[in-house]
Amino acid sequence: MSRHTIALAQISPALGDLERNLALHEKTAEEAIARAARLLVFPELSLTGYFLKDIVSSVALPLTSPFLGRLRDLSRRIDLIVGLVEETPERLFYNAAIYLSLGEIIHVHRKVYLPTYGIFDEQRYLAEGGRIRTFRSGIGRSAILICEDMWHPSAACVASLDGMDVLISPSSSPGRGGLEEGKTFANARAWETINRAYAQLFTCYVLYANRVGYEDGACFWGGSEVIAPSGDTVAKAEYVSEAILVADIDHAEVRRARMANPLLRDERIDVTLRELERIKREGAR
Amino acid sequence: MIDLSLNCDLLRRVLAGFIVNEVRKAGFSRVVVGLSGGVDSSLSAFLGAEALGAENVWALLMPYRTSSPESQEHAELVVKQLGIQSDVIEITPMVDAYFERFPEADQVRRGNKMARERMTILFDHSAKLKALVLGTSNKTELLLGYGTLYGDMASAINPLGDLYKTQVRQLARHMGVPEVIVQKKPSADLWAGQTDEEELGFTYEQVDQVLYLMVDRRYELSDLLEAGFDERFVRAVFGKVQASQYKRRLPLIAKVSSRTIDRDFRYPRDWGK
Repeated sequence: MSRHTIALAQISPALGDLERNLALHEKTAEEAIARAARLLVFPELSLTGYFLKDIVSSVALPLTSPFLGRLRDLSRRIDLIVGLVEETPERLFYNAAIYLSLGEIIHVHRKVYLPTYGIFDEQRYLAEGGRIRTFRSGIGRSAILICEDMWHPSAACVASLDGMDVLISPSSSPGRGGLEEGKTFANARAWETINRAYAQLFTCYVLYANRVGYEDGACFWGGSEVIAPSGDTVAKAEYVSEAILVADIDHAEVRRARMANPLLRDERIDVTLRELERIKREGAR
Repeated sequence: MIDLSLNCDLLRRVLAGFIVNEVRKAGFSRVVVGLSGGVDSSLSAFLGAEALGAENVWALLMPYRTSSPESQEHAELVVKQLGIQSDVIEITPMVDAYFERFPEADQVRRGNKMARERMTILFDHSAKLKALVLGTSNKTELLLGYGTLYGDMASAINPLGDLYKTQVRQLARHMGVPEVIVQKKPSADLWAGQTDEEELGFTYEQVDQVLYLMVDRRYELSDLLEAGFDERFVRAVFGKVQASQYKRRLPLIAKVSSRTIDRDFRYPRDWGK
């Protein structure tokens, strides 16, 4: 079967309230199950809310936490990607997204690029992830890049070379600037460009799950979307309102895109590596 | 390059959503707003009514004896058009009683006292009506410091604080605020014939452009001059923004402990909401 029905949860998590958010996850999952979705993607930090500041340590969970038991159980009925603050045995806190399937956590992505500028302050509170890996999920070879990770093309490029057919991006993006006549937020427009560009450049599906709601006056703009390898929009949720976006993805589309545009085949890892090593050696970075 | 036009449909949803969300999170369902008859407070009332329903918006009209009768007429126009509840509370007795002891007080002291008198009434009604105080300060006046600290600048939540004055007018017009209110010259209405623009020394159209480039687009002084703005004007605007920084922050706390409020004790305001 090369077709899969997936769902993106454009929800509004409560800031720092694990119990309430867990209930919201369960309710959303029931609807996604009823709509025959194989995978449900929640936004970045969906279990905790985003602008946590000093709350980080209070809502952090080890991946062995019994609190995740209900989500593990739920994942016997539908695959889930859930955002949380992961606490490691070394007492480091990561902005993480976990992939749950058949009662197990089969993949963890720790956000690599922690925005610390403008309204963001993640490096103050969180540790940087150091891995970009694809994994075999229920909907094909996938990679998870959390929000800011998507603004670093190198991250998507690595995932692509690692075999990515589906790029999944859980996000908590607050709308900023550019609300001029006939336009949406400036950063929302940039996101929509990135999602389409990545889909086409890496000939993959892009599943972008952005949250809605408000935290301390900042408005998360939603607009979650599924983009096909052609760059076409498969499905798009509304701006600033809650939604469960359900769409079908078809791996035959990936195949067709790669036949039409064999960009992945023609990628030159040796050239890239050689030049990156030279740049590193010369100390330019 | 400078585009202060607005996607009013989306902005209106964002701001109404903001009011609903922040009011409910605080455990309230109503707002109370001081309605002056000007475009800012009119727009706040319109947004409040759109967000929470007219029955959940209370408007307080708080004239002083020197306030223009036209201001009250305009405020009543808004009350009538929206069908919100309202009350008129004269502040003359309280303000005059105070200044009997200080007859030499100048316009600034008197204006500030009036603004703070209105604030105490709004926050008393916040408790009385179980309603959050809806703010009415726009981004232009917040940046210029053209407001009274703990007076008209005080509120629980402010839907207008990131909109320049010229943008407030656009959104007000879009939402159906009466044209007579949108078009009239902005005034603090402290004495007859007072207008903001005369007092500030420039028009809102002019200053909004400079502020937008300076604040939103991070233009340096040299960039602004290169863009063709007059140096004296730009320096005057920057001076006002810098001099009023204290008004936009909580009072300074002398740090002595290991964890000081708002310095290294950092929680979101929506903590636990």
